[in-house]
Amino acid sequence: MRANTHHEPPPLELVNITKRFGSFVANDQVSFKVEPGTFHGLLGENGAGKSTLVKCIMGYHRADEGDIIVDAASREIRSPQDAYQLGIGMVYQHFTVVPAMTVAENLLLARPDLPQVIKWKEERERLSEFLESAPFKVDLDARIADLAAGQKQKVEILKQLYLRNSILILDEPTSVLTPQEADEVLGMLRKMVLAKKLSVLIITHKFREVTGYCDEITVLRKGKLAGGGRVKDLSVPEMAAMMMGEQRRGRTIEKADRKPGSVLLEIKGLRADRDNGVGAVNGLDLQVRAGEIVGISGISGNGQRELVEVLGGQRRATAGEVIVAGKSFHMTRREMWESQFYILPEEPLRNACAPQMSVAENIALRTFDRPPLSRAGILKPRSIRENGRKWIERFKVKTPGENAPIASLSGGNVQRAVLARELGSGTAKVLVAANPCFGLDFGAVDFIHSQLLEARNSGVAVLLVCEDLDELLTLSDRVVVMSGGRLVYEAPVEDADVAVIGEKMAAH
Amino acid sequence: MNQPTDQLGWLGVPLAILAGAVGGGTPFLFVSLGECLTEKSGKINLGLEGVLITGAMTAYAASYKSGSPWFGVLVAGAAGMLLGFIHAWLAQKPKVNDIAVGIGMISFGSGLAFFFGKAFIQPLAPQLPSFDLGGWSANPALKAALKICPLFFLGVGLAFAMDWFFKSTRWGMFVRAVGDKPDAARAMGISVTSVRTLSIVFGSFLGGIGGAYLSLFYPGSWTERVSGGQGFMAVALVIFSRWNPVQCLWASLFFGGAQALGPALQAVGVSGYYYLFNASPYAFTLAVMIATCSSKRSLAGQPGALGSGA
Repeated sequence: MRANTHHEPPPLELVNITKRFGSFVANDQVSFKVEPGTFHGLLGENGAGKSTLVKCIMGYHRADEGDIIVDAASREIRSPQDAYQLGIGMVYQHFTVVPAMTVAENLLLARPDLPQVIKWKEERERLSEFLESAPFKVDLDARIADLAAGQKQKVEILKQLYLRNSILILDEPTSVLTPQEADEVLGMLRKMVLAKKLSVLIITHKFREVTGYCDEITVLRKGKLAGGGRVKDLSVPEMAAMMMGEQRRGRTIEKADRKPGSVLLEIKGLRADRDNGVGAVNGLDLQVRAGEIVGISGISGNGQRELVEVLGGQRRATAGEVIVAGKSFHMTRREMWESQFYILPEEPLRNACAPQMSVAENIALRTFDRPPLSRAGILKPRSIRENGRKWIERFKVKTPGENAPIASLSGGNVQRAVLARELGSGTAKVLVAANPCFGLDFGAVDFIHSQLLEARNSGVAVLLVCEDLDELLTLSDRVVVMSGGRLVYEAPVEDADVAVIGEKMAAH
Repeated sequence: MNQPTDQLGWLGVPLAILAGAVGGGTPFLFVSLGECLTEKSGKINLGLEGVLITGAMTAYAASYKSGSPWFGVLVAGAAGMLLGFIHAWLAQKPKVNDIAVGIGMISFGSGLAFFFGKAFIQPLAPQLPSFDLGGWSANPALKAALKICPLFFLGVGLAFAMDWFFKSTRWGMFVRAVGDKPDAARAMGISVTSVRTLSIVFGSFLGGIGGAYLSLFYPGSWTERVSGGQGFMAVALVIFSRWNPVQCLWASLFFGGAQALGPALQAVGVSGYYYLFNASPYAFTLAVMIATCSSKRSLAGQPGALGSGA
């Protein structure tokens, strides 16, 4: 392992980096500099070339043209090991810790110079010493599988610090974290950056993180440098404009001023268990009226997922009742159709799609067994394809064609296709949506937000479960907080107090 | 303990069970340790049943031809490695299911052994030596029970060594990382293919040695029915012991002992339920599985990539 250096991190500069895959230009003459001891944001929509660019820095790809300058010299980086030699480490979007191993084992495993035989006593002493100076405290003997997502992300970052990397590249590190966890992790890193111990290059979609933590940003659009600068000199609309280009500025739909109508979705004393038999939803009562969005906030793991699974028919309730439009509701296909109940679960590819079936077939999942898509129980494949084409066009789903398996689409486009199925007909009366914008880029987020608001404006009762509090407050008419499987707070959005919500979320 | 054999009576039953635990448990031990290593790396090798039979045949043949039983053991290990290599190569091809390959390898391994082994069913090959730990006793039954093959001690040592290997060596950590989360291992620059190939090949080496024990010590002859499905049982044993080599040792002893229950009871005149008692290892397994499994959590210790095709 490298000697303990207390120097400040070296400057990292990219000069005219170009990377092509065949005829496709992923990065076109991109240049920017990460100054020592700064927090640098790399922004751009999906497919803008951010990941390709950092993979060039990490040595997964080799740039076709241009220089990567670290510590005032142009470097050949051929592998992640070369990047490590230069003190550059990366935290990936998906965890690269091994769930069955302990924190201590995972830290050791990261070392390229791991000895053949590990002397655990000495290594543990060194690890504890390292943890003394580390920004987060994690139990060395805890198994990764037993840790929450935030803790796992901390271990990923600790791994890089343990390797004494001084330039840290983070690829959407908070996409799996709750806002609270994200703030804690980024706040700690920010402190190390301020102490000039670390430079951070972070790929992110979230403006909250840019304005809260970054010193400077670089924006990519379609592989090219689209702008950049110091965060304090830029406004959020300016940054969004750089990312999306002026012409595609979001057309956010206004919330029409309307009084909520009759109760369409009513949940009474609902209870449900987790997979392990422990209660997840513990007696929940909630009403959603026509033309209002009720937002459920809460730290993940407080029963929201199980609640949505019950409403979607994926999990059995152990007690309680769900009433839709005045009738007892048992999540059968017939009832869903009769009461026009629709649902947009989280991870739609897993929860709302048949991944290997085509986009058109997936769009037809609600209606394939009735005219015009079938007659007398016989499917009409051509109608199904035509129907698919229509919705692909209207909801701007980017797909190679209506016959492509839906699993081959990007996350945002899967979400658009599912949204087309659930909301496209315009006859929905109740919609349940869970984290509908999780991991999507701004363009897709804006689209989904406007669809949800449009549905609300046209009188749909919308139940929105969302971990992103900012998003929830923007969309909802009424905010409730779920903690320990119960509702612990409820307020119209005008009166909602973010500090109180945070307190209630953490109370359990 | 100076009674003659026939007066040992009911005391003979626990003695026979202990002897069976050691004598009959050793092949389980080797095969389950081999399977444990393989499964820790994230692949399943059902083909160890074929490896076991091939090992038994090649060990017997090599011992007969060379006159050295230890040479037979080595040849059995090498034959196992060869089959393991084929399995490793096939099972890691894209879109190939390791369980299907394993079933193919059972037929292939046993077919190969039956084909080449026909000539060796009759002749007597030199057998492995044993430690006579019962020299102090005049009781012939006790003496016989305490004749223990050196391979048993080797296996016991190996179980503890493997436990240490998984916890405290570079390669042991690699095997666990590859078996639990191959993507993470790749991100750390570990070659998933090499680690799995080595694990499967070495695991099959151990399976081959288990076969050598069958034909060169207990029961000590080569027939086509020498294994009796012990290779399959070893796979179950690994699950039973939660992928922990030291627990593989206890489980193997337990299985070996349970297997000896039927014959031991028959020896003291309880012959009524002979086949029922012979089924006792399976019944015990089910009982322990039911007692230790919980519906509240999935099998603790199971390598994450096992059976996922990843």
